[in-house]
Amino acid sequence: MKQFDYVRPATVAEAVAAAAQPGAVYLAAGTNLLDLMKGNISRPDLLVDVTHLDGLDGIERLADGSLRIGALVSNADLAHDAEFAKAYPAVAEALLSGASAQLRNAATVGGNLLQRTRCAYFYDTASRCNKREPGSGCDARDGENRTHAVLGWSESCIATHPSDFCVPLVALDAIVEIEGKNGRREIALDELHRLPGNTPERESALEPGDLIVAVRLPPAARGFAPHARYLKVRERTSYAFAIVSAAAALRVENGKIAEARLALGGVAAKPWRARAAEEVLSGSAPTADAFQEAASCALADAKPSGDNSYKIELARRIVVRALTLAAAGTPARIPALPASPFASTSGAMHA
Amino acid sequence: MNHSISLTVNGARRDFVLDDPRVTLLDLLRERLHLTGTKKGCDRGQCGACTILVDGKRINSCLALAVSHDGADILTIEGIARGDQLHPVQAAFIAHDGFQCGFCTPGQIMSAIGMMQEAKAGNDPERIRECMSGNLCRCGAYAGIVDAVLEAQAGVDGSNQRRSA
Repeated sequence: MKQFDYVRPATVAEAVAAAAQPGAVYLAAGTNLLDLMKGNISRPDLLVDVTHLDGLDGIERLADGSLRIGALVSNADLAHDAEFAKAYPAVAEALLSGASAQLRNAATVGGNLLQRTRCAYFYDTASRCNKREPGSGCDARDGENRTHAVLGWSESCIATHPSDFCVPLVALDAIVEIEGKNGRREIALDELHRLPGNTPERESALEPGDLIVAVRLPPAARGFAPHARYLKVRERTSYAFAIVSAAAALRVENGKIAEARLALGGVAAKPWRARAAEEVLSGSAPTADAFQEAASCALADAKPSGDNSYKIELARRIVVRALTLAAAGTPARIPALPASPFASTSGAMHA
Repeated sequence: MNHSISLTVNGARRDFVLDDPRVTLLDLLRERLHLTGTKKGCDRGQCGACTILVDGKRINSCLALAVSHDGADILTIEGIARGDQLHPVQAAFIAHDGFQCGFCTPGQIMSAIGMMQEAKAGNDPERIRECMSGNLCRCGAYAGIVDAVLEAQAGVDGSNQRRSA
């Protein structure tokens, strides 16, 4: 690990000023950053430790019905907050399907949003990677790329965003609150992550010094609670990143879908909102045919970036299954194996 | 630049001057305090051998910078027995052969203690397996580990019943 300086600012303003310097990065739990630093993938000159800042670790219900989640709330504390899990069950299920209990106890909301891809070529400093070293090339293109992107990728980069948490969040129109050099601003989570294009090293809309201070769920998000699921296919049932995942949330009125939300994970460099598929579902009955049509629509623009054409059909099936489970109703308790299509209890449905 | 931090480790306050901020909690415990029960397996947050409790919660100590944990209360495998009296989870691991080579065992035991405090798995073997998935055992002693946790959990449930009776 390269040497670095360490500062622990007392206020958000001090943190922003420190992190705006070249070579500076924020440190929260460090569960991804330290791993990247140990592998020499990230080589910061200065760590700006935000873990001791006040006021960033609360979960707060606002007067308009929004929920504001501080950036330093741990993944475990959020998922296990009883009121949160009841109002946003797909988000809680996604959180509990990610990483391990130890990592969820440490990892933060803000850090989860900004975690880096797990593309093996990004992690291997002997490989060419445009994200790690702009202009060097992409060894994933002709390499082991079974798990890489099928949507929104470019010749420069076929990496995926690994977060589970972001998938239901983007489906529920989450908003990101950012403190920067010019004060406070907010953007839709859907606008936070960028597609690679010719600049895969630019992963987000954040500018130097920008600090995510909170994530907000708008009032409408809790309207989906009775019919919301997250489903995730992995190479092992627990403690693995998604090959493909889907968050499905429905608002059902008089036996019809009044409103649908759908997003996919593991398929692109950002959590992938499938708005066209949502349109298909809106106003229709929750039938297998409608779900099939929505799935086709969600993957209409997909194309393999290597040996991963199977992911397109897999994603269609996961979308259908997630919609079917959502329509059947949110389970009273999160299943023993969160988000698993292979759980032995409710949620299992073997094709 | 030096950084001064203080930690409570297994009940005792310890002060440190760090001349390099790169030191992890894992390395601090092993190299500075010679508490080598906490193991360095992968050193990348993938195996769970370095699991400790920080402020009552289990985390991977290999991915935690010591300098960032100033003031933390730390419990390691060395701090759970009372003299010669084993912690109930330790005793259950022995009773159920919850290990073979033993390298992952301190992390397994600390993780199990953390999991029982979290109280999300109860006595459901499927939930226990899921909640313990952050601890790998290359000898494959998982069946014994789950049995050990079930027995330890039953002890907790039993004493809770006695208390409320």
